[in-house]
Amino acid sequence: MNKVLSVTSLSMDFGGLRALNEVDLAVRRGEIVALIGPNGAGKTTFFNCITGMYDPTEGEILALTPGGAKVRLNGMKPNKVTEIGLARTFQNIRLFPSMTVLENVMIGRHCRSRAGILGAALRDPRTRREEQAIVDRSYALLTELGLEKSVNEFARNLPYGAQRRLEIARALATEPFLLLLDEPAAGMNPQETMQLKDLVLGIRERYQLSILLIEHDMKMVMSLSDRIFVMEYGQMICEGTPEEVGRDPKVIKAYLGEDHHG
Amino acid sequence: MGNLKKAVLASLWFMFLTFPVLVVRVNTIEKTVQWRFMNMIYVGVAAFALSYVWSYLLAKRQLGEARAADGTGGRPSLFGRLLSEPRIYGPFLAVAGLAALAFPAVGSMYQVNILITALIYVVLALGLNIVVGLSGLLVLGYAAFYAVGAYTYALLNHHFGLGFWTVLPIGAGMGALFGILLGTPVLRLRGDYLAIVTLGFGEIIRLVLENWSDFSMGPSGISGIDRPSLFGMQLSVSGSTIYMYYIMIGLMLLTIFLTNRLKNSRIGRAWVALREDEIACQAMGIDKTRTKLTAFALGAAWAGLMGVVFAGKTVFVNPASFTFLESAMILAMVVLGGMGSIVGVVLGALVLILLPEFLRDFALYRMLIFGAAMVLVMVLRPQGLVSGERKVYRFRAAEGSHE
Repeated sequence: MNKVLSVTSLSMDFGGLRALNEVDLAVRRGEIVALIGPNGAGKTTFFNCITGMYDPTEGEILALTPGGAKVRLNGMKPNKVTEIGLARTFQNIRLFPSMTVLENVMIGRHCRSRAGILGAALRDPRTRREEQAIVDRSYALLTELGLEKSVNEFARNLPYGAQRRLEIARALATEPFLLLLDEPAAGMNPQETMQLKDLVLGIRERYQLSILLIEHDMKMVMSLSDRIFVMEYGQMICEGTPEEVGRDPKVIKAYLGEDHHG
Repeated sequence: MGNLKKAVLASLWFMFLTFPVLVVRVNTIEKTVQWRFMNMIYVGVAAFALSYVWSYLLAKRQLGEARAADGTGGRPSLFGRLLSEPRIYGPFLAVAGLAALAFPAVGSMYQVNILITALIYVVLALGLNIVVGLSGLLVLGYAAFYAVGAYTYALLNHHFGLGFWTVLPIGAGMGALFGILLGTPVLRLRGDYLAIVTLGFGEIIRLVLENWSDFSMGPSGISGIDRPSLFGMQLSVSGSTIYMYYIMIGLMLLTIFLTNRLKNSRIGRAWVALREDEIACQAMGIDKTRTKLTAFALGAAWAGLMGVVFAGKTVFVNPASFTFLESAMILAMVVLGGMGSIVGVVLGALVLILLPEFLRDFALYRMLIFGAAMVLVMVLRPQGLVSGERKVYRFRAAEGSHE
């Protein structure tokens, strides 16, 4: 099987509330998969379970690394999940506001570098080489996402769209094989959304990675994704290609209400 | 115009408030009432002037904030420009360095002692800056680690006769150990909760030292601690004070050097990221536990180091030297100077220790002026004297190499 991520009957309870109910989802290598659903359907909870923010109540999350190892992600710490190769962005941007743009991306390189306290104090050749590599790589990523002009600016001073791109750059810096984007187009105008779509496609091409994204912008989802999963009330109600999902009566009902015809 | 009106109102209000105390005086012997209207005029003029200057400065600051929010940024502060221009601060540093080296030859023993204390606080503040300024972990019990270092030297010297230089690294190690001991249980806490727990920890250490007489000799403390020796020689009191002064200059330079390197390293960036956003920091692959513990351990190590120096300088330690007030003072230095900025923290520590000394001439009003100065800084520059500057990387376009 070439599934980089396979989730089987995942459930998450918060006290008496079942936020996720036996959810199944799989992402194949090189695929762009979208997860859609009305507000409060449990999409972000699902993301949080995969990335180690929550420990799911039941079910199994398996990741297949490019090296061929199968890893069970249940209850793993977020930083471990990132180390394995799943990187995420956040619905409400979570940059490090008082660090520069470059430093934000350099943080992404943290788990791929080694230098410790002693290295920092002595600045031996190995540490210096590593530091140089971190800077170069981060700068290259920023150039690719069109942020090279503002490397030394504070992240909080960037315009909104640029902050979204910076978050993606930071996630890419961790060298993921699966990129999880939580509403990357939220708050963007149609033109910015189209640019974002090209950016996401470009990233997949260039880094050979798989992408799982939550999105509300239907035009973008339909034109971007290879497959779409639809959630409602913590359950997966439909799965398929954009055409299939667009025709599914359950999806239309979930989005437009009971009495819609046509 | 609004400012003027406000200032007039403020001065009227103050005249009214101080009227019974400063204007009316009843002479109980001759049974007459004296009206001292001159006092009223003084109060009125002073209140008017202060209030006007106050609102002017506030308005100016708000303008600056609005400009920063615009993204136009405006020009960097005068201070920031001075700091980023080597031609300006270079000669200044050289003069300050020479003055510092020559000081024991010029100043009195008393002044040298004050400077040693000031330098100890500079290093303490730089240590706390790692924990509070860079990592954003609000620790209110920093004096506990200082006490650990001081008692490490006092006890090892008292019981086993170990010398200053031998205990110096041991004190730092003990500080780090206690930093980890405190850090482990509070890993999940942050902000106010962390502050309260560490405040408690600081008091626990002090109370243990005060009450466990068999171990620490209780409130009477340990006296007769050896001063540091110079190549095995014991120096006279004044000689060892001067010696201690140079030791502290050396330790301070070492601390500045090391904290500066740490700040712009992989670990230092992780600390700042932890301060900025804990969740995002973890999601980007940073081990929260380890990063927090290194911050605690390193910050506490410097307190332990300074504890040893303190014990060697005063040759006497007792628990009264490590109260909450001590922790609060060190924290004030970090906050006042500017969290995370090394230059700022050094300035903050020097100001807070030396200002009360300079104000000794004003005797009674000393603490009042000191308090007013602190309030002023917090109102006009809430981010501290020097706000945290980040390293600037320069790239030649398209090549992606940096200098």
